[in-house]
Amino acid sequence: MLFDIVDVNSSPSLSDPWWKVFYDFSSLTHKIDSSLHNAMSQFWTTIAEMLIIGVLILLFYALIGLFLVYAERKVCAFMQNRLGPNRVGPFGIFQTIADLFKLLFKELIPIKNADSFLFNLAPFIVIIASFMAIAAIPFAKGLHAIDLNIGVLYVIAVSAMGVIGVLLAGWSSNNKYSLIGAMRSGAQIVSYELSVGLSIITIVILAGSMQLSEIVEAQRTGWFIFKGHIPAFIAFIVFLVSSTAETNRGPFDLAEAESELTAGYHTEYSGIKFAFFFLAEYINMFIVASIAATVFLGGWMPFNVGHWDGFNHVMDFVPPFVWYIGKTFFVIFIMMWFKWTFPRLRIDQLLTLEWKYLLPINLVNVLIMAFLVLMGWHF
Amino acid sequence: MRSIIDYLKEIILGVWSLLKGMKVTGSYFFRPGTIITQKYPNNRKDLVMFDRFKGEVVMPHNEKNEHKCTGCGICEINCPNGSIEIISKSILTEDGKKKRAIDKHIYRLSMCTFCALCVKTCPSNALAFSQEFEHAVFNRALLIKTLNKPGSQLMKGVE
Amino acid sequence: MEEKVKNITTDEQQEYVINMGPQHPSTHGVLRLVVSLKGEIVKSVQPHIGYIHRGIEKMCESITYPQIIHLTDRMDYLSAHINNEAVCLTVEKALEVEIPDRIKVIRTIMSELTRIQSHQLWWASFGMDLGGLTCFFYGLRDREKILDIFEETCGSRMIVSYNCPGGLMYDIHPNFQKRVKEFIKYFRKILPEYDQLLSGNVIFHERSKGIGKLTLEDAVSYGITGPSGRASGFSCDVRKHEPYSAYDKIKFKEILFTEGDTYHRYIARIDEMWESMNIIEQLIDNIPEGPYAVKMKPVIKLPEGEYYQRVETARGELGVFIISDGNKSPYRVKFRSPNFVNLSVLNHIAKGFKIADLVAIGGSLDLVIPDIDR
Repeated sequence: MLFDIVDVNSSPSLSDPWWKVFYDFSSLTHKIDSSLHNAMSQFWTTIAEMLIIGVLILLFYALIGLFLVYAERKVCAFMQNRLGPNRVGPFGIFQTIADLFKLLFKELIPIKNADSFLFNLAPFIVIIASFMAIAAIPFAKGLHAIDLNIGVLYVIAVSAMGVIGVLLAGWSSNNKYSLIGAMRSGAQIVSYELSVGLSIITIVILAGSMQLSEIVEAQRTGWFIFKGHIPAFIAFIVFLVSSTAETNRGPFDLAEAESELTAGYHTEYSGIKFAFFFLAEYINMFIVASIAATVFLGGWMPFNVGHWDGFNHVMDFVPPFVWYIGKTFFVIFIMMWFKWTFPRLRIDQLLTLEWKYLLPINLVNVLIMAFLVLMGWHF
Repeated sequence: MRSIIDYLKEIILGVWSLLKGMKVTGSYFFRPGTIITQKYPNNRKDLVMFDRFKGEVVMPHNEKNEHKCTGCGICEINCPNGSIEIISKSILTEDGKKKRAIDKHIYRLSMCTFCALCVKTCPSNALAFSQEFEHAVFNRALLIKTLNKPGSQLMKGVE
Repeated sequence: MEEKVKNITTDEQQEYVINMGPQHPSTHGVLRLVVSLKGEIVKSVQPHIGYIHRGIEKMCESITYPQIIHLTDRMDYLSAHINNEAVCLTVEKALEVEIPDRIKVIRTIMSELTRIQSHQLWWASFGMDLGGLTCFFYGLRDREKILDIFEETCGSRMIVSYNCPGGLMYDIHPNFQKRVKEFIKYFRKILPEYDQLLSGNVIFHERSKGIGKLTLEDAVSYGITGPSGRASGFSCDVRKHEPYSAYDKIKFKEILFTEGDTYHRYIARIDEMWESMNIIEQLIDNIPEGPYAVKMKPVIKLPEGEYYQRVETARGELGVFIISDGNKSPYRVKFRSPNFVNLSVLNHIAKGFKIADLVAIGGSLDLVIPDIDR
């Protein structure tokens, strides 16, 4: 069953007050699971649960996408010393919804001599890749669609699949700029996937598990970025840099490279197909940020300090979901900060950064971390 | 060994220079008070243009509906784009003499480049710039303006 | 058909030709570059110009001298005031009019303000070419202050039309000196931020150092002037070598480098902004009293002959060549526009670099397309 991920012993009784559910969603999910079981057979229960989760994730996906686009525009506006969207609704909060409607109503321009099957397939591959990754992310205690025992590996593997969509889009558009953008993107992901993997492996060594729920659980006494001190911090920085590159965001947005390639791989896309690429970019950013939050910053675990019981109690009072969202948006903010400060790299410098700097640092870092874990020098 | 130190130094200096850049953008992020953007259509009421702002050419009339244009045509000659056209008529003055006066002072705003030669060269200072800048209209013909008001006359004492 | 396929596989045909422009974010206008690529590496760049040709030189032949001013505004619209000044200086030279000091000083201050605002916009768009979009807004924000000064005194923001043969259209606004001083104080504080954001940035260094090297010999033989030429060590500052207006009375440094790469073309412009501020500070408190325009004849007729005057715009040397046959409109006008000449070097210095470098090199040459086409 998809819902029961938290071990049965710790599942709270149903007599708890209703607001307790915000601290542990497992009781709610168990209740839904058992009531569905009573109503129908095993097969249909699974089908129904899958549908519910699918709809919920779709809703969440759309909401996060809309919000992130707005947040990015507002954050970049303030960094650039201007107001940003301020016309549609108070502080322009409905701007992205207006944009969404605009994109929905726009014409889908057919491209002459384009490979129309691949051209139409590409946005779906990009968006499905980000869908699949979001399934394995623990949002809060008990709010976790699927808890694989190799969760970390799964998320990295699936989120890298989006590049196939990018390559297809560039290839099938029959546009020279798009092709250059797609090839750049291919080279970029192939190299930066290494760094992302290695920096997470540093933490996997510390945690001793690849299961995301266990990684989060292991951070109850302290987040890994504090537990693993120096190597964990270096791994965090490397992860931030390489995941920014992996999501094709500035300063590594070479696949789009507005000033060189006009819009790179999605030059020829219009309307809702363009919106898919646009949305997938933001969801990918959300996914890598939530991996960073889960693996380095303790996921939904509150911030607890050793023996400060009063302080810890206050921190525990904040629901885990809020902790998770807060950490994720902190990481997203840093990524936006990168994008709106730095100039873009050139393609050869991008690869130099990966192969000459990040990869050696990462390898040494993994060694240091393994040594620390062996000697027990972590907290 | 030396090269490793150089390598590390390069990384640290590079990261430091990036942090300096992030300091600039970050400091502006937390100082929204420095934003100078004007919310234009909302501040229309208290929007003051500079008094020399070249919005469009107008012909000031006094309260008796009199202007200073004698219809000499110097502005028409000086206009580089032909945006000014003067249609003159001859009128009889009180003492029975024939005199030249303007019938219509036509100004094509759509062709004007705001070089200010007409205003500057006018011998009787009949033309001026107004600070009006919202010129958008739905019909191009609306941009052809007649500067003298209907029924207006030459101000007394202007030759 | 078969032959065609064969041709594509031969070595010479393996060039990947892309069209940058006429609508492209980094050509800053309607310049079209036909770029042959091999992978990412630029094999050759063929600029195609003429998309914004308006025939300004021909139009000048049918209008009077005061009317030429409003056309020169629209050539290099970022150095509008300096272009105007060039025409006025030529006419005044031909008529041998003595220009009072007040006009000279005001013209110099306005020229330097124009230079600063042009470099600010260049900095903004150069940052954007390299992908640092924040630069664009910082540059424009500070440029707004100068445009406000222009608007208060000249009535327009960019296309100022403030000069006329024999002087200025109007006197300076009473607030002018105060506002300029405020701006200088403000900009002295802000300019180091530009350095922190872009000039000191390690990514920027990687992107610009050693890119698009132009040697002194090439700069001279191609005739590259302005900050781009001076970054290669070509001492070509007209303000220094053939002073006009009030440039002979003030002390300033000619910014010279020898490296001639994108980075030094960048630094040359940043330093010019500092230098321009120095020039303005020397003059702003010492504007002499006097008339703001010399009384000219209502119809200006140049004596028969050929007249040439050169000035230093924000992009290089602008030459105005007028042949007069004694009429109220010139017989022939020729503008030696700096951008047209600077564009010619693009193929020479961009060859062998990557396509991203081509954008950086194009940005560092600071091209204004309407000035190329005229």
